[in-house]
Amino acid sequence: MTKRRSLVALLSIGLAMSACASLGEGSASRIDLIKKRGELRCGVSGKIPGFSFLQRDGRYAGLDVDLCKAFAAAIMGDPNKVQYRPLTAPERFTALKTGEIDLLSRNTTFNLSRDASGGNGVTFAPVVFHDGQGLLVRKNSGIRSLADLKGQSICVGSGTTTEQNLNDAFQSLGLPYKPIKYQDLNQVVAGYLQGRCQAMTSDRSQLASARSGFERPEEHEILTDVLSKEPLAPLSSGGDQRLSDAMRWVVYGLITAEEMGITQANVDDKLQEARENPDLTKLRRFLGIEGDLGTKLGLSNDFVVNVIRATGNYGEIYNRHLGPDSAVPIPRGLNQLHRDGGVITAPPFQ
Amino acid sequence: MKRQRSRWLELLLVVVVLTLVGILVNNLAVNLIRTGLGLSFEWLWQPAGFALSEHTLPYQPGDSTAWALLVSWLNSLRVIACSIVFATVLGVGAGAARRSINPLLRQLAGLYVGLIRQIPLLLQLLFWYFVAFLGLPSEPLAPIGALIRLSNQGVSILGLTLSVEFSAVLVGLSVFTGAAIAEVVRGGLDSVPRGQWEAFRSLGIGEALGLRRVVLPQALPAILPALSSQYLNLAKNSTLAIAVGYADLYAVSDTTITQTGRAIEGFLILLLSFLALNLLINGGMQLLNRIVVHPAQRT
Repeated sequence: MTKRRSLVALLSIGLAMSACASLGEGSASRIDLIKKRGELRCGVSGKIPGFSFLQRDGRYAGLDVDLCKAFAAAIMGDPNKVQYRPLTAPERFTALKTGEIDLLSRNTTFNLSRDASGGNGVTFAPVVFHDGQGLLVRKNSGIRSLADLKGQSICVGSGTTTEQNLNDAFQSLGLPYKPIKYQDLNQVVAGYLQGRCQAMTSDRSQLASARSGFERPEEHEILTDVLSKEPLAPLSSGGDQRLSDAMRWVVYGLITAEEMGITQANVDDKLQEARENPDLTKLRRFLGIEGDLGTKLGLSNDFVVNVIRATGNYGEIYNRHLGPDSAVPIPRGLNQLHRDGGVITAPPFQ
Repeated sequence: MKRQRSRWLELLLVVVVLTLVGILVNNLAVNLIRTGLGLSFEWLWQPAGFALSEHTLPYQPGDSTAWALLVSWLNSLRVIACSIVFATVLGVGAGAARRSINPLLRQLAGLYVGLIRQIPLLLQLLFWYFVAFLGLPSEPLAPIGALIRLSNQGVSILGLTLSVEFSAVLVGLSVFTGAAIAEVVRGGLDSVPRGQWEAFRSLGIGEALGLRRVVLPQALPAILPALSSQYLNLAKNSTLAIAVGYADLYAVSDTTITQTGRAIEGFLILLLSFLALNLLINGGMQLLNRIVVHPAQRT
């Protein structure tokens, strides 16, 4: 009898304690946590030149890294308060969901399954790079199109949409193929260069950056077949509107700055100009001199100024890492502003 | 009094364990509700949507995810079973060689064990795959006629074709675990009193026969338990196959988890599959233990 009673007591203690354990979790935004911590934890790849890559001096650089800096500048006013977490493709969503990182800026394709609450349930910021999946082959292999790859081995990375796109493309053509799946892009490259596969597949930007590291890049070519749309965007864990709104408008701020011709070099002059001339209402609103756009987002009213000072506008970021003079030149193509024939555009700051 | 105290300790332990389990389950439930995900296994019956580079049963990308997981589980099982055989042969050979009267054999076995045990398994797998196997020319080498054909597109032994990925995992796991087994065997042999060796040698019985009939039967009770834990390690280590492109259970689970976003369910299935695999190995070893170990020592 006593035994049973103590068991009941025991169970209720256990249940009570476990119930308490989760009460601490409130609904406060992660922005407050980031500010309190004084540091933004940003998930990156760390292995893709042009997007996020470790430099000689031990710092990360690239388009994805500059976005982390822009978010830190918007939230804390300081682009250097970022802790970068290099993550593999399969790790990234778990790291985000468990709260190990605040946001992810890691070549991640925006698609329905990832966005939906029944899927990964994350929230994407606007697309920062329009990419597409392609295939890299040796020029002397005689392979010119997908049909030439019938029954061949293709090296592919794991934990990405690439595997599924590859299958969709080959299945719809009724072509058999052999995927050799590795965990990491470096291994995909090694498998391809060692001759295990006749082709390797990944996003075309990644193929370009991988090829830039080859001993003889000119012996390899990217096929003209594009297997998929790969809009890459930064993202946060779902259900935190303040954080996702802030991220969205930081990206739009970068794009709007390029549209308005505001650069890292002239942002202070523009600020001066806007202060002196009350008729420049659009510029004044954008830079936070009038109105309360920044405050509405829960950021400082002049967050755009901090962001542009830190990283420059979208075009400057692109040119720094992927422009013609960079180590990984990728033609801007779809990633030009809408007025220049691309698809990059932003809703109004009103 | 003493009994009373141990009872209280037991009670305390139960409280601690129950609390921990409670926290974990509650945490999982709360977070699943918070993120709007309930546990669901419906995705298992959806088409997998990816091809597998090797499969023992017929498989198409249009087959269900559950079937893809089963096929990959068989891939795991295949490489684990083969590796266990090779690792055992290698390990017993090297372990016995370390106690051989032949100094060259002793040194070689010592070198093998020493070298292999110092290098992480992942590095060894990458070496076997990227350097040893993919380093082969693409036109097959046939060192002994048509019996063995080696190329970086596949290995063919007596007409049996193996992929380079399978071969690399097989060799990597066998060599690595073989070194560990060699130490287990050496330890077992050392547990047999020195006099037993001297006894059979003084009777003029050869080394090999003496080892087989005199020393090993006495060493086996000491070897078998440690051996089964090496087998279990081998099974668990086989998940490193993902690094070298082999379509094992872990690699395929990894793909399904990313495609469906069902991480918790995916890992649960992974855990249960490995539990089943290891229980299989454990059961086999216990059976062996019962057969091999002398009834007198079983009591």
